Amino acid sequence: MAARGSRFLGHLHVDGPLLIGICAILGVGLLALYSAVGQNTAMLTAQGMRILLAMVALLIMAQVEPTLLRRAAPWIYVFGLVLLTLVLVSGDVGKGAKRWLDIGVRFQPSEIMKLALPMVMAWYLHERPLPPSAGVILATLVFMLVPVAMIGLQPDLGTAILIGLSGATVVFLSGIGVRYIFSAIAIGLGSMPVLWYMMHDYQKQRVLTLLDPDRDPLGSGYHIIQSKIAIGSGGIFGKGWLNGSQGQLEFLPERSTDFIFAVIGEEFGLMGAAAVLLIYLFIVGRGLAIATMAQDTFSRVLAGTISITFFFYVFVNSAMVTGLLPVVGVPLPLISAGGTSMVTLMAGFGILMSIQTHRKLLAR
Amino acid sequence: MKPKRRQLNSQQRSFLQRCHFMTAGLLLFAVVLSARAVHLQVFNKSFLNEQAAARHLRMARISAHRGTVTDRNGEPLAVSTPVDSVWVNPRELLKYPDKIPALAVSLDLERESLTRRLTRNAGKEFMYLKRHMNPADAAAVEQRKFPGVYLLREYRRYYPVGEVAGHLIGFTNIDDVGQEGLELAFDHWMAGTPGKKKVLKDRYGHVVEDVESIESPKPGRNLVTSIDLRIQYLAYRELKSAMQQHKAVSGSVVVLDVLTGEVLAMANQPSYNPNDRSQFIASRYRNRSITDIFEPGSSFKPLIIAAALESGQYQPDSRVNTSPGRISVGSKVIEDSENLGRIDLTTILVRSSNVGATMVAMTLKPSLLWEVLSNFGIGRLTSSGFPGESAGLLSYYENWRPISQATLAYGYGLSLTPLQLAQAYAAIGAGGLRRPVSLLRIDSPPIARRVVREETAQAVLGMLETVTGPTGSGRKAAVAGYRVAGKTGTARKSAAGGYVDDRHTAVFAGIAPVSDPRLAIVVVIDEPSAGEYYGGAVAAPVFSKVASGALRILAVTPDLLVDPVKQDRTTMMARRQ
Repeated sequence: MAARGSRFLGHLHVDGPLLIGICAILGVGLLALYSAVGQNTAMLTAQGMRILLAMVALLIMAQVEPTLLRRAAPWIYVFGLVLLTLVLVSGDVGKGAKRWLDIGVRFQPSEIMKLALPMVMAWYLHERPLPPSAGVILATLVFMLVPVAMIGLQPDLGTAILIGLSGATVVFLSGIGVRYIFSAIAIGLGSMPVLWYMMHDYQKQRVLTLLDPDRDPLGSGYHIIQSKIAIGSGGIFGKGWLNGSQGQLEFLPERSTDFIFAVIGEEFGLMGAAAVLLIYLFIVGRGLAIATMAQDTFSRVLAGTISITFFFYVFVNSAMVTGLLPVVGVPLPLISAGGTSMVTLMAGFGILMSIQTHRKLLAR
Repeated sequence: MKPKRRQLNSQQRSFLQRCHFMTAGLLLFAVVLSARAVHLQVFNKSFLNEQAAARHLRMARISAHRGTVTDRNGEPLAVSTPVDSVWVNPRELLKYPDKIPALAVSLDLERESLTRRLTRNAGKEFMYLKRHMNPADAAAVEQRKFPGVYLLREYRRYYPVGEVAGHLIGFTNIDDVGQEGLELAFDHWMAGTPGKKKVLKDRYGHVVEDVESIESPKPGRNLVTSIDLRIQYLAYRELKSAMQQHKAVSGSVVVLDVLTGEVLAMANQPSYNPNDRSQFIASRYRNRSITDIFEPGSSFKPLIIAAALESGQYQPDSRVNTSPGRISVGSKVIEDSENLGRIDLTTILVRSSNVGATMVAMTLKPSLLWEVLSNFGIGRLTSSGFPGESAGLLSYYENWRPISQATLAYGYGLSLTPLQLAQAYAAIGAGGLRRPVSLLRIDSPPIARRVVREETAQAVLGMLETVTGPTGSGRKAAVAGYRVAGKTGTARKSAAGGYVDDRHTAVFAGIAPVSDPRLAIVVVIDEPSAGEYYGGAVAAPVFSKVASGALRILAVTPDLLVDPVKQDRTTMMARRQ
């Protein structure tokens, strides 16, 4: 039975362990969302529809052979850059930033870049001897910095940093020398004051608020105070599903999107939060395993980057909600309500599955 | 797997190494997150739990129910019903100006004026949007969850009998505080004490759930009035129809229980509906029976006769010579309508002789006359305790000039309220005992004060019965089946520069039944202008109808047995006149 089942999944180019992990986290997500939206079934149905759409994206990406993906990578990247330019020229303004593009459907082009950048960097490194030379590294950095700068100008600092991190992961996984890494860290630390000078006022506010939320409890500190209270008052076992006072009584802001982890912490306690974290680690672990089993540089680097970036999202969101990082608008992957990031993430998992399943077919 | 491992090239080995390094890094991140969660959820739990409670647990005020006002038989006259008032924190709402139009629609308010009120109170944290809404409608508004819009449970006064007892009961203001009448007089008695409760509130301040009651509200105490609603209805109806028939300006009817001093009915015209605030005009809601004074005219004569009998100078059959039908006092001439000759005290009352009454009054010692009148309660506040009560005017005897004593005899130069006149007549009916009037039901008769000797009271009562006889000026006050006593009064009204000829106050005051008095009734009708204006024509019929109904309602035994022959003769005599 198991063998036949796995063969069936193999024909669909679906990786069983990864699918189980994804479904587990989606299930937890729907439970938490149902509580966060105040038992509003309409919003739950909408999220269900998004999940279905994202599943379709996953299945489609899983069918695409990695070699085809590699050849398409530069074109997808250029396409993404064009869209980002369009956003800067004529994007829709939402919450004070130009992030959205309306071409029939409204979406954030930066989402495409989340996959396009690792792909194009992996494509570039694929042809070249590893570890890369200084010139190659410089070229990859150019690939990386152009979209990061464009997204940073929207401004969407959170996404820019995460995409930059995914680029850095590609470079790191390509096996660059340790001295490059140290010098990069040194440059990073050295440029921090410059970065602070370049940040918008609201961004500076968020950093200061992180250090001392009580300096403005009703303004910029409000989110983080309410969120810490929600998580902390949950205790070890939580207040029970649908019983969290902070979430149910609407003290917790953005509880169906960016702050949904606080709802989990309040209602399911330390146990629930730890369980969610473990499922995430399982997904990332399976992704890294797929990367190590991959057969060419492109697949390997891409799979590793997708997995690690996924964990960055989880970390940045949960660190923000627990007050370890400043408030940046990063949703909790696969759980927060919202369409585009769900589709991108699932497409990324589709690529992982494609890398895994097509390898098996080739090996046979 | 082993052969594969051997096949690893240097690239793959490097990648694997980097992957392991990354995995270690990720695990470190995971540990940091877990540590943070433990920090918040285990070590800071109690503090953060308190913080959560501080956010959603609040003390709330529970409005208390105001006491009910009933008539003596428990019929409700004023009741409190729960209503909801919608209020807003303008600071919160003004952050969402796009919600204002929808709010205006759901509250049925004008958008411009709502916006104006909100901006005027922009700095405030409390403003009523709409008071006293039906709870279901208010709940519908709350469901829309407008930011900063809240409900407040209040109680609204409702007066089931409306106009009928409006003057006596009075009304409360929108905050449920007594403003007029008994609502004002007994505000401290009927007002409740608000309680406290712990409630669960959401971020917008809407109460989601009651957690526990800290202090339950103490409802106000009920007030049982002395009013008998059946008699009140009757008095109201008869007064109103007489008012319309005679095109009068105002009027009052007071019905007192002779045995206890309780007010059984108190009706006034013009009237108002206490449920409708647009009718709150002093000229309409004033309880004229208690607050307004008038000159009683001839209806005052029985008190003079009582004083005369009390002095010992006169006996019931004492006669005075009123020829030639007029008498000069100082520069003023007092006249009767015709020369009545030598008449006894009864005839003075029956024919309402001003000359006779004046001659009697002039022979009395001023101090004695003043004392008897004062004992009857003239010029003194009654014990009703009604807000705005008037004491009337009776000047002190040391200040009297001869003409004051003369005019007093036929009810001019002094003033009193309808209630005071009723109280004095009740004392005559009670055998000379004056009982304090009461607007509340009393269960045991109060201590009475002797005003005149019992024989005096009996004698006056007997004389007054003659007035309602077939030839008396008050014959229209007669009640089938009962012996009634009473006196008419028709006073010209005073205006700037003296008394005027064309404006009168028609009065009838009486007692029934004569054999065992139970009711004292006063009817005052001000400025009848449809032709008739004599007390005997305008006020006496109202007395008759109210007395006849009230005696039956109270199941008083009839004391005038119907003798067909006598009755026939009575009607024939009445017809002949």
